[in-house]
Amino acid sequence: MKTLVSVENLKMYFPVTKGLFIKRRVGTVRAVDDVSFTVEKGEILGLVGESGCGKSTTGRAILQLYRPTAGRVVFNGTELTRLKPKALVPFRRHFQIIFQDPYASLNPRMTVGSIVAEPLVTHERALRRRAREDRVKEILSLVGLSPRMIRRYPHEFSGGQRQRIGIARALALHPEFVVADEPVSALDVSVQAQILNLMMELREKLSLTILFIAHDLSVVKHMSDRVAVMYLGKIVEIAPFKALYASPRHPYTEALLSSVPIPDPRVEKSRDRVVLKGDVPSPLNPPSGCHFHTRCPIAEERCRIEAPALVQIGGSGTGHFAACHFAAE
Amino acid sequence: MAEVGDVILSVCDLRTHFRGEEGIVKAVDGVSFDLRRGGVLGIVGESGSGKSVTNLSILRLIPDPPGRIVGGEILFHRQNLLSVTDAEMRKVRGNRISMIFQDPMTSLNPYLTVGRQLTEVLEEHFAASPADARRQSIDMLARVGIPEPENRIDQYPHQFSGGMRQRVMIAMALLCKPEILIADEPTTAVDVTIQAQILDLIGSLRRDLGTAVILVTHDLGVVAGMADEILVMYAGRVVERGTADDIFHRPSHPYTLGLLRSIPRLDTSESRLVPIRGTPPDLARLDAGCPFRPRCDFAEARCSESYPPTRTVGAATHEAACFVDPATAPTTTPRAEVEP
Repeated sequence: MKTLVSVENLKMYFPVTKGLFIKRRVGTVRAVDDVSFTVEKGEILGLVGESGCGKSTTGRAILQLYRPTAGRVVFNGTELTRLKPKALVPFRRHFQIIFQDPYASLNPRMTVGSIVAEPLVTHERALRRRAREDRVKEILSLVGLSPRMIRRYPHEFSGGQRQRIGIARALALHPEFVVADEPVSALDVSVQAQILNLMMELREKLSLTILFIAHDLSVVKHMSDRVAVMYLGKIVEIAPFKALYASPRHPYTEALLSSVPIPDPRVEKSRDRVVLKGDVPSPLNPPSGCHFHTRCPIAEERCRIEAPALVQIGGSGTGHFAACHFAAE
Repeated sequence: MAEVGDVILSVCDLRTHFRGEEGIVKAVDGVSFDLRRGGVLGIVGESGSGKSVTNLSILRLIPDPPGRIVGGEILFHRQNLLSVTDAEMRKVRGNRISMIFQDPMTSLNPYLTVGRQLTEVLEEHFAASPADARRQSIDMLARVGIPEPENRIDQYPHQFSGGMRQRVMIAMALLCKPEILIADEPTTAVDVTIQAQILDLIGSLRRDLGTAVILVTHDLGVVAGMADEILVMYAGRVVERGTADDIFHRPSHPYTLGLLRSIPRLDTSESRLVPIRGTPPDLARLDAGCPFRPRCDFAEARCSESYPPTRTVGAATHEAACFVDPATAPTTTPRAEVEP
């Protein structure tokens, strides 16, 4: 396998300001704090974590929708983080995003045809109007919408159909890499499965590489080859899903896995649940040492002082990394 | 598990309709169930299935107009809540039957301290003295797991996180030691580790106080571990009811079966999900037939003629409103995964 996206020591900090006219900087939110991982060509990498852990910010910083505070993002050999905004434009067609909310992410005053055509207008200027319309129709039928709907407006569609439109827009340029940011969390359960299946089909057909961001572990498990778990701006564990589920090495991963309810009363009765105490601390003022030590059931003095590094568990080649002082035990 | 006792709430043939621009929307159309002391009733369904309207109807919180409870009975200790006066209803609401809502961000008043909102409940319902109300409120905040309740009580809702706000809502709902707690999607707006805490809390309250719980959710996993009895709702009606074991291990309505097949599970590996095709129906345009038939794999000609009668499956507690049993019947329509 070949690495398509390589993220190295990525940091994304946001300033917190006070004052209406004269803004004073009063703090920094470390939304993403020194994160490194790779996405291999053709794989789906799941990125999970709770709200505010920095998973969406990571996705956006990779796509250069935010310019990272520090670190490198290398896409197919090109270091995106070094390019000026203008120089980035020709690269953007190769990496696209699918947004969470199919209601807010489609302009209500544009027809479906023009929404899906917009990336083509920007990136394929040579394309004539007729040819462009043909491309739009082709991509609509690819995502399971009738090409006849090209003149309709977003409000005429259901949530699931709108998410198909969002997917069509992201795929219009045949990108290599797609960041799917919570693509099904706004949808009803019965419709969720339609969209997940569609994404699996499209991945096969178009040999896509996907960073699949979601808070629902069951969904991430279904979609991903490997899974990365984030907590307060850091990756705490990354592994092929089977290994992660069978032997989680970070106590946060373990708690997360055991918190997910399983739709089977017999299984639920026999499960031991690790219920974490307290809340996620504020990323404005994260705990010292290991960020998780305030809620960790096995934390010791050392965890308060020293931040654990993300290291490979069980020898090289396992692909199982965890950031815990006790991960090897 | 707590002892499940007598029936304290009995909903019979409840019908709540809304007048819309496109005609009458039958949001709840003939829902019946019993709730027992200390029992947990799960109500599952997608948006628009009528699960929230059912609960708002129990508390008579349906805005009229456009909504109206047009039929049925809600018997609380054999007294029909639909025929009591507004003043009597106020004594029941929030006192003997409490409700917690999905969104803790919008259900607390941002202008008042948490303490003010809690003590108000006790002063209103029990004419408690301010000092006494404050003491009881602090106790309750401690009980739902809020650290430093003596200090937190004087803070405003925005100073609490989402999970903490939901705890404040639960504390408020429990102050009067209600006989029934209606929890409408109590964990939808919070993270999964916080969800585990909240569900743990609801479970222990039921054990310790014998509170009966109506738990409304779209998440099948949540009811699987919590509920004694489950109702599955679709388009304003109960399509299947049974124990958690009945529903999850012998689903007998094609919709229930479809739901179970369409969700990925953490503990098993399915190669492919089987979605329910199409989308939920427009409630203003229902006909006499079964509203699920356009999405159903077992639909027959008779499904468009009349609404199927309720059929008992196996145990007497297990019922489904369908002509066929999906466990044995052949599918009638070829599966179309993606529709035009």
